This record gives sequence, C-alpha cells and structure tokens, in this order.
Amino acid sequence: MTSHSDSMPNAPPSGAARFVRFVFWRIAQAIPVLALVAVGVFFLLELAEGDAVDAYLAGIGSGDAGFAADLRERYGLGDGVGSRFATYIMRLLVLDFGQSVAFSRDVGSVIMERLPNTLLMMVSAIALSASFGVVLGGLAALRRGGPLDAGITFGALVLNAMPGFWLGLLGIILFAVKLRWLPIGGLSTLDADYGPLGSVLDVARHLILPVTTLALTYLALYMRLMRGAMIDVDNSGWVLAARARGLPARNVVLRHIGRPALLPVVTMIGLQSGTLLGGSIVIETVFSIPGLGALAYEAVNQRDLQLLAGILLAGTLLVVIVNIVVDLAYGLLDPRVRLGAGDAQ
Amino acid sequence: MIAALREFRGAGGVLGGLVLLVIALIAAAASWIAPGDPLNMVARPLTQPFADPRYLLGTDQLGRNVLAGLVHGARVSMSVGAAAAAAAICVGILVGTMAGFSGRRIDNGLMRITEAFQTVPTFLLALALVSVLGASALNVVVAIGISSWPPTARLVRAEVLRLKGADYVDAARLAGRGSLAIAFMEVLPGALQPVVALIGVTVGEAILVESALAFLGLSDPNLVSWGGMIANGRALLRTAPYLVVLPGLAIAIAVLCVTLAGDGLANRLGIVGRR
Repeated sequence: MTSHSDSMPNAPPSGAARFVRFVFWRIAQAIPVLALVAVGVFFLLELAEGDAVDAYLAGIGSGDAGFAADLRERYGLGDGVGSRFATYIMRLLVLDFGQSVAFSRDVGSVIMERLPNTLLMMVSAIALSASFGVVLGGLAALRRGGPLDAGITFGALVLNAMPGFWLGLLGIILFAVKLRWLPIGGLSTLDADYGPLGSVLDVARHLILPVTTLALTYLALYMRLMRGAMIDVDNSGWVLAARARGLPARNVVLRHIGRPALLPVVTMIGLQSGTLLGGSIVIETVFSIPGLGALAYEAVNQRDLQLLAGILLAGTLLVVIVNIVVDLAYGLLDPRVRLGAGDAQ
Repeated sequence: MIAALREFRGAGGVLGGLVLLVIALIAAAASWIAPGDPLNMVARPLTQPFADPRYLLGTDQLGRNVLAGLVHGARVSMSVGAAAAAAAICVGILVGTMAGFSGRRIDNGLMRITEAFQTVPTFLLALALVSVLGASALNVVVAIGISSWPPTARLVRAEVLRLKGADYVDAARLAGRGSLAIAFMEVLPGALQPVVALIGVTVGEAILVESALAFLGLSDPNLVSWGGMIANGRALLRTAPYLVVLPGLAIAIAVLCVTLAGDGLANRLGIVGRR
C-alpha cells in the first residue's frame, strides 16, 4: 500500500465531486494489485494436483471418463493453460468464484454467508485494540522513562510473543472451564429464545473471549506505534509554541500531541487488516465461530481448493476496501490532507 | 531513568540471547536429552506434571512424554522458524536490491508485486501454499518464506535507493564493473545493516506462523511441533490443561527471546530499531 504523504496531491478543500473522484482514483490504484493477486491465485490452483473436476468427482464419489471430459469441456478446464487462464479471468470478471465441492454450492454465496460474522469480529477487535493501544501507548509516552513506561513496553513485547490461538485457549480454560463465566465457543446459544435484545446480548457474550483474544494479539503494535508517534510529535515546534503560550497541559496533550499522533495509528489499521484477517482464521477455529477464517480452515481440511481460492480473493478485496476507507478517514483527522483527485502517479 | 531503561534493554538483549542459546542447545541435543521417538507411548496416559520424576511434565492422552515432546518440538520450531525467516530475508534482499538498483520500470513492476503480496492476508497465503504443496517441514519453510518477504524488500529497496548515488558507486561504475556486480557487491553490503534490526522480528514471526500452521494440522505429521502439541491437548482442556499451557509457554518464551536478542543485537550495532 502506498503511504499517504507521497501519493496524496495537495488540493484545496473540496466538495462532493472531488470526493467521488478521489474514490475512483483510489479504486483505479488498487486494480493492478488485485489483478496480480488473481494471477497468483490462478497459478496456485495450477500448482495443485488435480483440477476442480477431479475434486468434484471425488466429492460425489463417482463419474466415468466421459462425464469428466464433459465437465471439463463445460468449464473450459480441458484445454491448455492459456485458455484455462482466460476462462478463469472471464469468470472472475463476472464475480463467479466457481463451485465449492465441500458445500455443493457456489463459492460466492458460501463466502457472503460467512462474511458478516468475520466483519463483526474484525471491527470489534480493531476498535478494542486501537483504542486501548492509543490510551496505553499515550500513557507510556507521557511517563516516558518511568516504571509505567517500562511496564507497558515490556508488556507489549510479551503480548507480541504469544500465539493468538494459545491466548484464546488460556481464556477458555480460565473463563469458560474454571470460572464458567463465559461460553466456550460458538456465536450464540443453540435452542434458546431470548427475544431480540436478548439475542444481541447473547451474541455479545459469545464474542467477548474471541474478540478480546484477537484484540490482545494486535494491542502491542498500536501501543508501540502510539508511544513512538507521541514522542515524535512532542519534539515538534508547534507543541513548544503551544506550551509557550501557556495552554493548559491537558489541552496540549490531547489536541496538539494526541491528535497528530493518531495518524500513524489510523494508517496502521488499514495496513494491519490483512494480518487481522489471518489471525481470525485460528481464533475462529479455536472458538468455533462460523466466519471466513473458520471457512478457510474447512476448505483446507476438505481440500476444497476452489473455495480456498475464493477466500484468498475475497480476503484481498476486503483488505483493499478497508484501506480505501482508512484513506478516506485520514482526511477527516488531518487538516493538511484534503481529498483531491488525480495528479499523483 | 532513561539510562536505566536503556540498560534494562541491553540486559534484556543479553538475557534473551542466553536463553535462546540454551533453547538452541536443547534443540540440537534433543535425541540425547530425550532418547527415542517422542511420539512413542512410554507411560500411563495423562500422568499429571511433577507426579512421576521420570516424566517430569506428565504425559498426554496417548501416554507420550510431554517433556520429550517439548524438547524435540524445539528442534522443529526453531529450525523451521530460522530457515523460513532466512528464506524470507533472502528473497526480500534479492527483490529489494533489484527494485532499488534497476530502472524505473522494473522498480515499478517489482513494487506492484510486493504490494500484491502485502495485500493478501499473510497467514491465509501461507495456509493456502502449505495446503497446495503438502504438509512437510520444507514446504512450511517455503510457504512462510514466500508470504513474509515484503517488509525486508521494502527496507532494502529504500536503502539501495539512498546509496546508489554515492561516490563509491560512481567510482565502481567508472572502473567498468557490471551493474549486477555493483548492485550486489558495492551497494548491497551498505544496505544490509538496517536489515539486522528486522532479523529478530522476522524469526519470531516465522516461529509464530509455523506454530499456528501446526495447530491447524498443517505440519509434518511425523515430527513433534509445539503448535501440534497444543492442538492435541485442546480436546482435554478440562482434565489436562497443562497439555495446552506448557507448549504455548515454550513458544512464547522462544519468540520473546528471539525478539529480545534481535533488538539487543541491533542496539549493539547502533541501528535504531523499533522504539
């Protein structure tokens, strides 16, 4: 992903037209990357032994050579690599991700069914880890060199060293098995009717452990980032000026140091979305949450390569979209960056 | 106080390095410390830790010695982690040098590819690669290497771009040396120093990815790995939580020490690492 400073043109403040142009420009920028990923996924599928038809026949348990040839003909799989590639790209262009062998349905619909659960988890985990990271990192920067700073810095190191799935299992051992405060897994209590509000609370209760685990694994990053950014900004001229004008310390910290220091944190949210999605694979598996991550695990286990390829593409698309949204949010935080289109690159 | 903190970090580096050395020695001497196949049943299933001095950390549901598993697992986790990180760093150095030293067109192309690799969720890519290539130790190394080279490539490229206008590069060019020789023998050595700051993080990350893959069942089934031990103990969270706690502790300690040692090394060399 490109950084903001070098790609964002300096345009004057602007209206809706500029906003739309910026969105289009940002999408155009993402197209080569998406195309490369699509090509990469094609070669990954080519690398695998057997094609989709073999997998399908193995899945339904029968089929003679004539039937297989027929299917290959229909899906354009029988010819050379070149024409297979053409078929693959044409199908992607109309958002056809192929058939899932494990689910006997088309990959797109399986993914769309699981996506909301993963999004819910990702958004909650990002909100939790970024907000706690900002507060703790900010505290460490304000008390830099002190015992609190040392504690937070060391805590970040230790958190970073722990595998997410292990942290999740420790949470289960402590809060679900020993204390029995929280459910062991799943997204809602089966066979229960709590009414509309009750079911929302039920889902929230099921999400506490997985979201906290996912957030904890990324907390360290935001703490370190915020701490570093605060220290950088603290050394800048305008902070000195604000202090010299006699502004209250609280004001200086929140407005003059805190706000600009948030910028790298916001950028990192976009850059980390892929890592977070990767992390949710193991977390969803640990907590049996029917999301995209658990789906990837099922695809691997059932050797459903079409589904796995679809998840790779969908995951990449998700990361690209998150980054575009983050870029838009960036303009709100930083008055120096105004949305404008075009001339960069 | 800042000086004290710095001293603490220096001490952390030394301590991390020492513990890492111990882990490496244990891994190297695994078959001497715990002879025999760690996957063999040796005692009554589910012996609790510290109950039997011969099986200090207990046994799992199949009567396999947990301590022997941890010792042999160290060998797999550490060697796979180190090899994968080495692969990632080598690919990163190669791509970064070529991108930085070549013309604009090649640079643009390589950076687009780097961007594509950074956009695909890293763990998802590693998972897909291992499941396509097959679950062997070598394939895990290849998969982690392929999915985690971009940060190194970006760092090396930036350094090469900075250095390539230097006088000694011009001098080498005037002396009639070829571009490849200049790129890899004149420019690259100078660009390598900041990479040292990335070693610790990259190795730590590789160990974590390896353990997560093993946890999902994507590791060599004939070798013990820490992640695989955790997956195995998952079924018995209620009765034998130590089967999950102990291997995870081993992973966390190993990764922490790798990071501390890497940080310490970078500090010692005077490279400004992570803040």
